Amino acid sequence: MKPFTYERATSVEAAARAAASVQGARFIAGGTNLLDLMKLQIETPTHLVDVNRLGLDRIEKTEEGGLRIGALVRNTDLAADATVRRDYAVLSRALVAGASGQLRNKATTAGNLLQRTRCPYFYDTRMPCNKRKPGSGCGAMKGVSRSLAILGVSDACIAQHPSDMAVAMRLLDAQVDTVDATGARRAIPIADFHLLPGDTPHKETVLKAGEIITSVTLPGPIGGTHVYRKVRDRASYAFALVSVAAIFGKDGTARFAFGGIGAKPWRTAEGDAAAAQGAQAVAEATLAGARTTHDNDFKRPLVEKTLASLYRQQEARA
Amino acid sequence: MTADHVTRRGLMQGGGALLAAAPLASQAQAQAATTASVSKGAPMTPVELTVNGREVHLQLDPRTSLLDALREHLKLTGTKKGCDHGQCGACTVIVEGRRINSCLTLAVMHDGEDVTTIEGLGTPEALHPMQKAFIVHDGYQCGYCTPGQICSAVSVLEEIKAGIPSHVTEDLDKVTFSAAEVRERMSGNICRCAAYSNIVAAIGDVAGEAEA
Repeated sequence: MKPFTYERATSVEAAARAAASVQGARFIAGGTNLLDLMKLQIETPTHLVDVNRLGLDRIEKTEEGGLRIGALVRNTDLAADATVRRDYAVLSRALVAGASGQLRNKATTAGNLLQRTRCPYFYDTRMPCNKRKPGSGCGAMKGVSRSLAILGVSDACIAQHPSDMAVAMRLLDAQVDTVDATGARRAIPIADFHLLPGDTPHKETVLKAGEIITSVTLPGPIGGTHVYRKVRDRASYAFALVSVAAIFGKDGTARFAFGGIGAKPWRTAEGDAAAAQGAQAVAEATLAGARTTHDNDFKRPLVEKTLASLYRQQEARA
Repeated sequence: MTADHVTRRGLMQGGGALLAAAPLASQAQAQAATTASVSKGAPMTPVELTVNGREVHLQLDPRTSLLDALREHLKLTGTKKGCDHGQCGACTVIVEGRRINSCLTLAVMHDGEDVTTIEGLGTPEALHPMQKAFIVHDGYQCGYCTPGQICSAVSVLEEIKAGIPSHVTEDLDKVTFSAAEVRERMSGNICRCAAYSNIVAAIGDVAGEAEA
């Protein structure tokens, strides 16, 4: 690991200022992704700003009837929260589908949104990777790409977004609340939070230097049946090949968000609009524009089959 | 290495290398870097921990993981380094009442906190019920993953008791003990000897006693 200096922030504002004023500074919360990448020298921060004791660990109702989730709420606590289990069950389900018990005890809400891809070429510093080293090329496109994205990809990058939690957040129309070094606050719809790779795959979110996530806010509950189905190579503790977060309404409407297939958590208005026509229509609408490799072409039928399974389960419930 | 010098520890480290060949090179680099920066007088950070009920004061390079602080600085070598990347669970310890991967966290981030390692759960003379159950059920072969398995297992029972749901919990509001719950919740602890069925039996035993 490269040497770095360390400070424990005493306020959100001080944390933002510290991160903005030191070149190469990074926030550290749970650290489960950042430290892993630092050991491999994929991430080489010069300065760590520890935000763990900023008190951003509360879950509270908003005046609008929604839920404000502190940036530092741990995955375990969010999944177990009584309101989340009752009103946003898809979020609980997505959280417990991810990682291991030990990691969920550390991993935070904001950190999860910022976790980096698990593309094997990003992780292997001997390989070219435009995300890790801009301009070095992409080893994945003609390499082992079984796990990688088929939607939102570019000629520069086909990395997948690895999160389960973020897929549920996308489905629930969450909003990411931030503050920057000048004290300016922003509320960013999650649909706009992650960037597609384009020519600059190293830029992954709209956050500016020193801008810190303070909370993630959910709108009021919408009811319906909440499900999260994750298809992976082993039954537990593996990243998704395809995952589907869904809420089925009583009136035949539904909404869907997908993991494992997108450069970011994936949801389309077209996919949701096709809900009444069934799994095949939703899959076709969602996968419009999909670009696959020889290795990951199986994800197209897998999306449809996973949706079909959810529809059958939903019909059995009704 | 001649046969005479093949130690259990040497074999363990070999096993770790097989599990994660790629990261090993970076570990070597990290260790080299640590030595170099210390000789240059890199700023050391004071860290105070309560480990197994004992207060300890350390001066650490900020890069020191909690795992390395325990093993290299406090000589508590019960906690094991397997992959050093949060994939195997051999380094599992209990911090502020929760199980975590001690390899994926910095010791400085835990200043003032309470850490329980396998050495703090029980002693050879006074075993923790989970340690006893692992022995009774033969929940290991080589034993390298065992301290992590036991710390994890102790926490799993607490998590079930606290009503924290898992991926296999059917009703998010009704969290109850079952073998399926144990298998899912223990998935972050890998056992290369595959003593899994005996580990599940050992945890079941302790859960049964706790209920009785």
